[in-house]
Amino acid sequence: MSLVGEGLVGGWRRGHAVVDGLTVRVEPGRVLGVAGPSGCGKSTLVRMLALLHDPWRGVVSVDGTAVPRTRYRAPAALRRRIGVVFQAPRAAADPRLTLEQVLTEPLRAGGERDRTVLAARAEELCDRVGLTRDLRSRRPHEVSDGQLQRACLARALAGGPDYLLCDEMTAMLDASTTAALVAVLGAEVGRGLGVLTVSHDEPLLAAWADEVLRPW
Amino acid sequence: MSAALEVTGLDVRFRLRGGRTVRAASEVDLTLARGRLLALVGESGCGKSVLTEALTGLLPGNAETRGRAVLHPGPDLLTAPEAVLRDEVRGRRIGLVGQSAGTFLTPTRTVGAQLREAVRHLGGTASVAELADRAGLPGAALELYPHELSGGTAQRAGLAGALAGDPDVLLADEPTAGLDRPLVEHTTDLLVALARSGVAVLLITHDLRAVQRLADEGPVDLAVMYASRIVETGPAAAVFARPWHPYTAGLVDALPGERFAPIPGHPPELTDLPSGCPFRPRCGRADCSDDPDLVAHGDRAVACAPAEAS
Repeated sequence: MSLVGEGLVGGWRRGHAVVDGLTVRVEPGRVLGVAGPSGCGKSTLVRMLALLHDPWRGVVSVDGTAVPRTRYRAPAALRRRIGVVFQAPRAAADPRLTLEQVLTEPLRAGGERDRTVLAARAEELCDRVGLTRDLRSRRPHEVSDGQLQRACLARALAGGPDYLLCDEMTAMLDASTTAALVAVLGAEVGRGLGVLTVSHDEPLLAAWADEVLRPW
Repeated sequence: MSAALEVTGLDVRFRLRGGRTVRAASEVDLTLARGRLLALVGESGCGKSVLTEALTGLLPGNAETRGRAVLHPGPDLLTAPEAVLRDEVRGRRIGLVGQSAGTFLTPTRTVGAQLREAVRHLGGTASVAELADRAGLPGAALELYPHELSGGTAQRAGLAGALAGDPDVLLADEPTAGLDRPLVEHTTDLLVALARSGVAVLLITHDLRAVQRLADEGPVDLAVMYASRIVETGPAAAVFARPWHPYTAGLVDALPGERFAPIPGHPPELTDLPSGCPFRPRCGRADCSDDPDLVAHGDRAVACAPAEAS
């Protein structure tokens, strides 16, 4: 039981691998930190593990099932088990949607149409990530970065993933909001969520992760 | 130490449709002194960036301002006509570095060509090589186009551009956002060096740790903003050693190297500030129904009645 990337090699330009032979194992109930400077390939690693970018060599497997080379079309059932939170919430949330629509998007994509079910799930998700309920009808430009990042975290948790990948999730947030989001995730990890967090923030990783990889 | 820019009682409000009002800055008093760096910290959305817009005459049309922001020597920036701000203030008296400064560069011309143009246009006295040197920009980067620069180098190019008109005040709004730790430290060190060379620097940031690192060594002051107002100011080292305001204490406690504990609750909406002290709903120390003023004690000041009493 784990999300494993084994011998991953890949990048964006031919002959220029930004991830070069990396093996990572994300285990349930644990937080794995990956540290490295800007531009070293951390985000590419996250995209490979999230089944959004095919590695050139190596294999990503989810609980023992190797994911086939998919040319960007990973099986939805596998992808739904992996949530992702990106660095910049403003770039990751559609500015035309309300926060409730943002955080229930994965449910609607999964075929849920019942409005009362969606509203109830939205309330539950808001409570879990510490988003006050009155913010649900706001649009991204009407909330702060911290509030929007909470909504993006709720969206990543909406489909009930087993693994969560955080790509510099707190880099744009102030100290108190960072600590609050890490506390929210602590509860989820206690329920068995496996977390991989990439960051260039060593003190943050030291305080948060169970283990830190420094591949670069 | 002499004041280069003195802000007193600055209020900025935005009128929204439907009669709502956003109070983006309330009764803000700040002094930027030559030779010192003032770090303004606070969570996102508390009104930090509105200050730089107010001080450079770049607020949107639905903004209303009150108070004074006097450049020494020079005009009141809040009432000066646009022609004065354009021809005398922006670039020449006040330099501005924004977040991702690299995106302000023209993509089709080299960095050096753009800096030469800025110096010529603003009538600056420094050569391009001197500007690059002050901003820590490697000479080789002058021959490059913006897309060939890394994030940190692009930021330094932006800083060099902000210095082109020999400003005596530099406003840096989140200049380290998105940079990794070594580049954050490099950028903040450059700002301290500029302060030491006689510029009055305002560093707006949400990165408390970057400021904490500067506190012990440099001529650095700290101002903490919460819900549109300044709640604590003072020499950074003294404030970090013993924060007076419970919000400052909470921010320091939230650092990963400290207790890593968040401040309970959420910051209030700027459209709907609570009555009494704005920190009241989150304060573990007291429940004050009076709105406290920022009161000075020696070189520090705090807007918290219980903190003053102790």
